[in-house]
Amino acid sequence: MDAPQACGAQPGGKPLIHVPLLEITNLCVQFGGLRALSQFNFALDPGDLVGLIGPNGAGKTTAFNVVTGVYRPSAGRVILDGRSIGGRKPFQVNRLGVARTFQNIRLFEGMSVFDNVLVSFNRSGMGGVAGTLVRTPGHERIEHNRECEALDLLAVFGLAGRADDLSSSLPYGQQRRLEIARALATRPRILLLDEPAAGMNPQEKVDLMEMIRLLRDRFRVGIWLIEHDMKLVMSICQRITVLDHGETIAVGTPQEIQDNPKVIEAYLGGPA
Amino acid sequence: MTELSDRPSSRVLPAWAANFVIVLVIGTLWPVARLTASQLNPYVVQVILLIGINIVMATSLNLINGITGQFSLGHAGFAAVGAYVTGVLVNYLAAHDQLAGHEWLAMIVFLPLGGIIAAAMGLVVGIPTLRLTGDYLAIATLGFGEIIRIVITNTNRIGPLEVRGSQGLRVPVISNLFWTYLWVIICVVCVWRLVHSIKGKAFLAVREDEIAAAAMGVNTTFYKVLAFVIGAFFAGVGGGLQATGFFLIDPKGFGFMQSFLYVVMVVLGGSGSVTGVILAAIVLTWLPEQLRSLKSLHVEDLRMVTFSLLLIVMMLVRPEGLLGRRELWWTRRRLAAPSPAGNP
Repeated sequence: MDAPQACGAQPGGKPLIHVPLLEITNLCVQFGGLRALSQFNFALDPGDLVGLIGPNGAGKTTAFNVVTGVYRPSAGRVILDGRSIGGRKPFQVNRLGVARTFQNIRLFEGMSVFDNVLVSFNRSGMGGVAGTLVRTPGHERIEHNRECEALDLLAVFGLAGRADDLSSSLPYGQQRRLEIARALATRPRILLLDEPAAGMNPQEKVDLMEMIRLLRDRFRVGIWLIEHDMKLVMSICQRITVLDHGETIAVGTPQEIQDNPKVIEAYLGGPA
Repeated sequence: MTELSDRPSSRVLPAWAANFVIVLVIGTLWPVARLTASQLNPYVVQVILLIGINIVMATSLNLINGITGQFSLGHAGFAAVGAYVTGVLVNYLAAHDQLAGHEWLAMIVFLPLGGIIAAAMGLVVGIPTLRLTGDYLAIATLGFGEIIRIVITNTNRIGPLEVRGSQGLRVPVISNLFWTYLWVIICVVCVWRLVHSIKGKAFLAVREDEIAAAAMGVNTTFYKVLAFVIGAFFAGVGGGLQATGFFLIDPKGFGFMQSFLYVVMVVLGGSGSVTGVILAAIVLTWLPEQLRSLKSLHVEDLRMVTFSLLLIVMMLVRPEGLLGRRELWWTRRRLAAPSPAGNP
């Protein structure tokens, strides 16, 4: 495939046309008579931190579900690094480099914190089954390295001390963090966070903001964030898209969004 | 990250040591099996043989039901496939006077062959039915088991091979404790290593949350079918051991009740716990045999009544099974203990 390179890939000279890592054009999602998302456009690059906001039922999670392969787009394109991902299965999309967390936490509750992260290393198919059964030296080395990697990742998120505990036994804030750690273990280039601050107390929210910035800088992922907490979104996002009833009503910097009359109307209702 | 390999492994036993122990156990199995068979009375040997076969059956079903979280009720169907493939082929050799002196060759070739054909069936059945979940999957697999049973019942011969479905098939006894427990070891080691590896976490993740597993790059369909195929293979081998160990096989012995008994073993041992299910397989094979003495009371056959009562009590007292999801021992050290980074 002669896929066009993302701009950052070429050191030195500036590319003529900027092709973003993730590009969504004119995306529509229709459920029967309901148009959950219409004419949605979006672009994301590594290192970006972009927000997606809107009232309940605006189509935010639908956008995430299309990008991660849960829903098929009715129309429009989703291009990741030159490849179309519209209509691929969720696990294939993940292997192309898109990882996500869920609005209502979906950890593997009957498994330990450590095992939750190890799941994310299962990206090859049949390869390794024979090695697993015989425990060949090569296989042992790979397993050992991945286990170390998983522990390091847990340490970044302050969860190393609870590696052996059942994931369902963690307090709420730590469960949210584990979900992010698990998603990062798949080595994504783009991370979709669906309401990561939901249900957190103020201190946990401050910690979360710190962590999201750290993720962007340390792992160089592009982060796309759905969040209802305006203070959090406005303080960490570079750009924000606002959805209402599936329509994109505003795109811009946090300052522009705050001053946009359409956004205020969507959230607070129009003038009487 | 080059320093990774210098860090201590979390495994209690390194691979070479574990493999050495397994080879050692297999090496001593032959004399131990011979000695056991010669010292104990034939009835007890038969019970021990049956325990071994049931361990193979329950452990392989545990991979499907307990570890991957799919509900299969057709395990005896796969056993029937393996039993009849092995039995019919052994009979064919015997009819042509080729069996004598070649029993071990027949065991080495026909048992895995029965397993492979059962696994192929598992693949064919699994790909369409594993799209179903919960009750629907249970009904589909139950239907499969019944189809197998009825097809065998109505088959008298296939070409030169005699099946004698409805009358039951006599098979020369060429299996013994050694062959049975050889497969017990192979089956348990395979399932144990799968579960306690990174690959195995994918099976568990499918059980815990399929949507989340797929979002983490796990090909859920692949792992479900893989569990089904591996489970069917060992069920087929278990069937073959039954055919070559007990003189007579009959399609009635591979019906729904038999599948159900294997499910009971898995649930009672603790779905997902390898050692727990082995324990349950031992207890649930040994117990009904012990209860035979109740027959001498001349009242009624209280055996199955007592058995059922025990199951009910068990479900009331310990609904998660004997061991729940724990194992009798662990293969990993605790990871959390001392952190070299030193968080105070």
